[in-house]
Amino acid sequence: MSDLAWLDAALTSARPQALGALLRYFRSLDRAEEAFQEACLRALRNWPLNGPPRDPAAWLIFVGRNAALDQVRRQSSEEPLPSEELISDDGDAETALAERIDSSHYRDDVLRLLFICCHRDLPATQQIALALRIVSGLSVKEIARAFLVGESAMEQRITRAKRRIAAAKVAFETPGAVERSERLAAVAAMIYLLFNEGYAASGGAAHIRVPLCEEAIRLARLLLRLFPGEPEVMGLTALLLLQHARARARLDGEGCIVLMEDQDRALWNREMIAEGLVLVEKALRHRRPGPYQVQAAIAAVHAEAPRAEDTDWSEIDRLYALLEVLQPSPVVSLNRAVAVAKARDPAAALAMIEPLADRLSSYFHFFGVKGALLLEVGRAEEARIAFDRAIALAHTPAEAAHIRLHLDRLMKDSATQH
Amino acid sequence: MSQSDKDDAVQYAILCYHDEAAVNALSTEQDDALMAELEIVRRRLEHRMGPVARLMPTTAATTLRAGDEPVVIDGPFAETKEALLGFYVIECGSLEEAIEAARQLMAPRMAAGLMSTLEIRPISVFFPGKRGG
Repeated sequence: MSDLAWLDAALTSARPQALGALLRYFRSLDRAEEAFQEACLRALRNWPLNGPPRDPAAWLIFVGRNAALDQVRRQSSEEPLPSEELISDDGDAETALAERIDSSHYRDDVLRLLFICCHRDLPATQQIALALRIVSGLSVKEIARAFLVGESAMEQRITRAKRRIAAAKVAFETPGAVERSERLAAVAAMIYLLFNEGYAASGGAAHIRVPLCEEAIRLARLLLRLFPGEPEVMGLTALLLLQHARARARLDGEGCIVLMEDQDRALWNREMIAEGLVLVEKALRHRRPGPYQVQAAIAAVHAEAPRAEDTDWSEIDRLYALLEVLQPSPVVSLNRAVAVAKARDPAAALAMIEPLADRLSSYFHFFGVKGALLLEVGRAEEARIAFDRAIALAHTPAEAAHIRLHLDRLMKDSATQH
Repeated sequence: MSQSDKDDAVQYAILCYHDEAAVNALSTEQDDALMAELEIVRRRLEHRMGPVARLMPTTAATTLRAGDEPVVIDGPFAETKEALLGFYVIECGSLEEAIEAARQLMAPRMAAGLMSTLEIRPISVFFPGKRGG
């Protein structure tokens, strides 16, 4: 890393707070971004000379705000404000300004910044791209690479999304408890989507996109630092950590999917698992279960099994049953059926997924699971049909290759039978 | 930790404070590289080094605050920018030596872009029940 790596790290970590405060001040994302840019440029000139300020975010907010105001005043030919060199030399001035920037607003500033990216008219991929651009500060090029699209296509997508949120009305006064929890839920959902986009890519050649997963974990931790007592935010963070801990074991050397039961558990990231388990435990103390906590608890059961055969499938079945109540969805029922097949019998599981057929008629995993269950109860021909359907619905080459493996095995079995 | 030859050797705790957001901003590769560098320093100091701990992020912390009925609070004890994220215990003959050890532990952090603060705190060894004995 270069000598100025610390500067880059400081600007990155101060970004959500500084940009969030500037947004509250200017009430326009464009102006807030411009002001932040200007403040960063001045930081690049000033910090290497004078050393970093004690509170980089406060410095950036103050300087960014003044730079923008200065410009306005210059246009109206009034006296300019004092330059930031004078400010950062003076410890007292810095303390005073840190106090002036109301610290109680900080939490809501960052939440608002995240929330504007979650506009419900925006498709999920645009919400994610916007959050990566605005909150994480990734360049358009980096985001385009993560989504495997061209840079200009991504530029367009982000510009369109920005135009949309600029037209939308966002409340800038301090939100009430209900509004705050609504925002929190929308932001948590967006972070979850971002993670999923990395965890099981919806297209392209790469099946796992680690940078997206890492960015999602970073945002989840940011959210948890802001709301340390929210069990669902603990659950979300735990869930992402526990899932991502398996990343290195999920694909083999050729990029083929390795099912959890076949994974080399020595490749699982123990540090992430330990942190995830702690967060699940903390969340459960609150006795306010929610979908993220339950999903994290399911991931925790897997993480705690030393070998695949040690997995407590009955516990997973129970947790999915709870999830079916909290967040009913055919996908949840499908997952529960897998647990039932492992814990009790595949025939019961087959009966469970039968009623889901209509709603999951274009869902890759439905046919993958169905095929595997049919195979287990010895209905090979029906299994083949299900696998064929799964291949047609696969999103990535890895998904298709995985199903093809089942089919090959089927072909071999039938060849030896005849 | 080996017993020091000198009678006046003191144990120091070197407490590592960082801006947590900056630490979280490191990618897995960057973090692995930093840990590998720190391991080299730790080995160099091993003959004087006691327990070393990396603390989980403050988001994993729980705090118990005194009161009529002590309250359990989620999160770290103070909402500060720089959080205590780890510590070393090291035996040194003088404060100068302890500062030198801290300097060595600082270098890889600086190289990774972390504006860390290392606080050097002499340890007063506490033997329960033996005080004033």
